[in-house]
Amino acid sequence: MNEPMTPSMIAFSPALRILPEILMTLTGVLVMLVEAVLKPRTSRKPLGIVAILGTLAAIAASVYQLFLPAGTAFFGTVQSDAFSVFFHLVIGCIVLVTLLISLDYFEGHTSFVGEYYALILFGATGMMLMTCSVELLMVFISLEISSISTYILAGYRKRSATSPEASIKYFLLGSFATAFFLYGIALCFGATGSTNLYEIAKGVADGASPLLLTVAFGMMLIGLGFKVSLAPFHVWTPDVYEGAPAPVVGLMSTAPKAAAFAVLLRIAYGAFGTAIHIWMPLVWIMAVLSMTIGNLGALTQRNVKRMLAYSSIAHAGYLLVAFTALAPMGIAAASFYTAAYAAMNVGAFGIISYLSGYNEARTSLSDFAGIARRHPVAAAAFAVFLISLIGIPFTAGFFGKFYVFTAAINSGNAWLAVLGLLNSGVAAFYYLRLLAQMYMVPVEPPREADTAHARPAFILAMAILVLAVFALGIFPGRILDLARAGAATFSGPANAASQTVPVALLRR
Amino acid sequence: MLCAWTVSLMQTPNYFWNYVPLLLQILAAVGLSSFIVLASWLIGRHRPGKVKLSTYECGMVPQGDARGRFSVRFYMVAMLFILFDVEAVFMFPWAVIYRKLPGITGSRFFGFWEMLVYIGFVLVGYFYIWKKGILEWSKDQADL
Repeated sequence: MNEPMTPSMIAFSPALRILPEILMTLTGVLVMLVEAVLKPRTSRKPLGIVAILGTLAAIAASVYQLFLPAGTAFFGTVQSDAFSVFFHLVIGCIVLVTLLISLDYFEGHTSFVGEYYALILFGATGMMLMTCSVELLMVFISLEISSISTYILAGYRKRSATSPEASIKYFLLGSFATAFFLYGIALCFGATGSTNLYEIAKGVADGASPLLLTVAFGMMLIGLGFKVSLAPFHVWTPDVYEGAPAPVVGLMSTAPKAAAFAVLLRIAYGAFGTAIHIWMPLVWIMAVLSMTIGNLGALTQRNVKRMLAYSSIAHAGYLLVAFTALAPMGIAAASFYTAAYAAMNVGAFGIISYLSGYNEARTSLSDFAGIARRHPVAAAAFAVFLISLIGIPFTAGFFGKFYVFTAAINSGNAWLAVLGLLNSGVAAFYYLRLLAQMYMVPVEPPREADTAHARPAFILAMAILVLAVFALGIFPGRILDLARAGAATFSGPANAASQTVPVALLRR
Repeated sequence: MLCAWTVSLMQTPNYFWNYVPLLLQILAAVGLSSFIVLASWLIGRHRPGKVKLSTYECGMVPQGDARGRFSVRFYMVAMLFILFDVEAVFMFPWAVIYRKLPGITGSRFFGFWEMLVYIGFVLVGYFYIWKKGILEWSKDQADL
């Protein structure tokens, strides 16, 4: 992978460039077809296991792509490189763990469990495709594939009032945001005459109308900012996270965000790499707003899922701080942060899904009182994820933040790092309040969900996540190297067109 | 930055002048519709009554919980119609340029196989809705 790459040195099928997506799609189709012929009211667990195997195959295919020379396929619309592989792996692992968590969650509660697995696989296909698209129309299509699946997944607790509400809110605001993104693409085409990111980079470097470019980037930032819940486009987040089933929230607060941030990285550093002055102020303002609004909002929340929703807004803000750093370091920091954040947030929502069950027996802070006595292991895992979300050393959260703020300081954005650190201090309060509830308050009467035993699949998922949180915090080397290799593809000779990004800007 | 915008606006006046007809059209549309509403409000006689203010001619009684459960069969059929309609529409441009596709794609059968894959996915969807009983109007299973 580190050898000099010559484009089209070896002739191979373009299908290999989208092999993980193909595997995901075929597994999803298989699950859907089998679901249609299965008798109602039989266990859908085998379908879940098929989905898990398909995801494992897709992860293996992504690793295989690492050994291909980076390059584009299908008329320059998709590009597989270290950057896309990194995000494929992040998304693949999130989906894998989510499937493990939901293997027993929906069983027996709803009659659409097979569709649930198929939708997760289709959504993941869209998210993976987003990260390897270098053509804005392709990005748009894959964004839609991932969004439509998550809109449906958000409403999966059909009989409750909050879940359909979450679904419809997410759908209405999401389609509105997608329209903005599409309009941004149109304006980008107007300014540069192309929707290909490399062609756009050429157009931007050749001095296309700065007015059009600013509006185009702003529009695309609105569309993607909605998907990753950046302030001021975050308003939907608490309502949707509160209503959607907990395993789904774990998925949709991490995987689509990772994909959208990958797209934003490709657009900001790839296509608009020579016009940093256009997007830097926008990103700066949104980072500060997201961190502050997210943390202040979380302080006032009594509902744990809403609190974590505001915390996810704040974390999107921390992640955006990495964008203000200069190219390779900022890209690597942002990529690493998506992986770290995914490990701890999927874990937190996984524990919530176990402790409160399908009927959401525990919602408010006081419902979690004395959990440590009743569920010592689950509480300990929850504590690990919360400590990581605070950013205490030896956890993924610490190293993610450390890397992001270091990148910001090295690029002369010390003030942003100071603001971020102050925010982290504020954030510690509401995570610690939940921890204190769990460990220091006397035992509450048992809930309906307390009769459930932790299933092997769930325990496996939590074990993977706890290990990931510590591994990313203590031995981040491997992942960091891949993130750096991904960042290097923005300046590397992946193909001739990418060299239009001036090397001086990318190399500090 | 605002300054740069203004400068570029002044440098390319012709481009944005192209939008003046659009602006006139919007003005005409807004003006005419507000004129009609205003005029009928001014000229017409107002006799509000209980019956007059209720739901017009058909529809549900406008009271009670909006979250009542009702059959979505019509909705399903309408949505499936639109889906397959749109999917069929994609085949027309493909058929029109089918003979030119080898030249465009650089491969003799690429366009052919791509369409076959596409139709395959449409068929998968068709199989799914068929097995789920959506197409059978009287079957209870279709009542989601």
